[in-house]
Amino acid sequence: MDIIVENLTKIYGSQHAVDDISFKVRTGEVLGFLGPNGAGKTTTMKAITSYLNPTKGNIRVGEFSVAEQAEEVRKNIGYLPEQNPLYPEMPVIDYLKFVAEIQGIEKSIIKARILEMVNICGLEGEKHKKIGELSKGYRQRVGLAQALIHDPDVLILDEPTAGLDPNQIIEIRELIKTIGREKTVLLSSHILAEVEATCDRILIINKGKIVADGSADELRKQAKGQEIIILTIEDADSNEVFDALKAISSVELVDKKDGNNRFEIQSRANESSRRAIFSMCVDNGWPLTEMTPVETKLEDIFRELTMN
Amino acid sequence: MRKIWILTKRELRSFFNSLMAYILLVAFLGFSGFFTWISGSDVFMVGQASLQSFFGIAYWTLFFFIPGLTMGLLAEETRSGTIELLLTKPITDWQIVAGKFLSSWILIAIALLFTLPYYITVSTLGDIDHGAVISGYLGLLLMSGAYIAVGLFASSISKNQIVGFLLALLIGIFFHILFGILAGNASGIIGNILNYLSLSTHFESIARGVIDSKDLIYFFSIMALGLLGAEYSLTRRKF
Repeated sequence: MDIIVENLTKIYGSQHAVDDISFKVRTGEVLGFLGPNGAGKTTTMKAITSYLNPTKGNIRVGEFSVAEQAEEVRKNIGYLPEQNPLYPEMPVIDYLKFVAEIQGIEKSIIKARILEMVNICGLEGEKHKKIGELSKGYRQRVGLAQALIHDPDVLILDEPTAGLDPNQIIEIRELIKTIGREKTVLLSSHILAEVEATCDRILIINKGKIVADGSADELRKQAKGQEIIILTIEDADSNEVFDALKAISSVELVDKKDGNNRFEIQSRANESSRRAIFSMCVDNGWPLTEMTPVETKLEDIFRELTMN
Repeated sequence: MRKIWILTKRELRSFFNSLMAYILLVAFLGFSGFFTWISGSDVFMVGQASLQSFFGIAYWTLFFFIPGLTMGLLAEETRSGTIELLLTKPITDWQIVAGKFLSSWILIAIALLFTLPYYITVSTLGDIDHGAVISGYLGLLLMSGAYIAVGLFASSISKNQIVGFLLALLIGIFFHILFGILAGNASGIIGNILNYLSLSTHFESIARGVIDSKDLIYFFSIMALGLLGAEYSLTRRKF
């Protein structure tokens, strides 16, 4: 089931929480929703789950319109809200049973589904405890279990790993990845490494608008534009090397780094100087001991797009 | 209907899990038992085999206890955010409101059920008017329904339980006594309208054993208004 968001706008008073955004999430895709706090991630997710009515715009989940067939949409969505609200006085098993019944799962398979969820989410030892007695990590698992219990085609997860320890984070990421192979997953986070590790595609939004859309690699390529290489050449006169490097036509900038015959080289847009540098070293007989391409970090892209 | 029942069951279980139900039962039975049997114009003072004194007391104890029962129903869900879970499941706003209403009504009915020993005891003391007892219970149930609906609406207004409690009492006090008092001071059409609005008029006529459709319509209209108001508050959050 695809999620199609068209021209979604949500206005609170005079503030545009979400400003005319459109995107699509395809079946079998895990889309990561990135953005600073208050960028409109949660509002967009709430609109998709039919919790909020958009001021303008259409949202479709599969063939159902969120505005007109809310009940059908809700049947097909598993939703983990931000802060993961739960009933603290309910035992885990009772809560899962309640959600299963509300979702309209057939009575005969409810028990099996609950056991399956308990296994998948690692709740075996905690299933008879009251939710209020659980640690944050286990509560997050209960939240995931309730979102998954009716085997929905679409998963909306608002910061699914918030408050988990590193081991749990890795487990939950693995779980999301496994689920994401068959389902449509939209997850938000402001941990960049997490989005990179779990998501096929990244959507960065800022001040209610989409500022970037693509896989982590595509975003890097877009943001980078220019190739940057760190180079070390030993046993050669650094001034000579410097001049030779400047003479290469595709090189735009050469920077000397900490004296030790180390250089940072920036190429012209859409050109690569790596081959030319290699032949230069061969021609002059300089031993080339390091040539490292500098990767633009996702953090830098994020900062560049969302700071202004 | 099945979904409403699922919600009702969860709500009832949460009453009994959170001590709310026990406190309500003990306090209600304690108060009404004390005033019915021991103090004031109790059964023995009246010298008749009738439960009228109990109905008079329950009329007041329920008025104060019901807002305590309903104040958190929606306010707490809004405060903790669990309302978002409910509202993104395949159920309607109406089903949520109806489930909460039914669960509280059932709890009050259970509390009233525990007072049946009063009836049995009194009936062994003398000739009791069975019809009046049945209609008295019916009157209490209808009154409770009306105040639960009002309380549910009050609870839907804000995420603060205290606001829910006070607002329910404030609305309730008009129906409970103020309209009646005002009706005594007014005459003509206004007097009639105020008299019709006063809950005590309708309660007393039912408790006396006269079950008139006029009174039933009155109670069911308050319930409908309260529930629709609560449903409206839930729907309004979307904008």
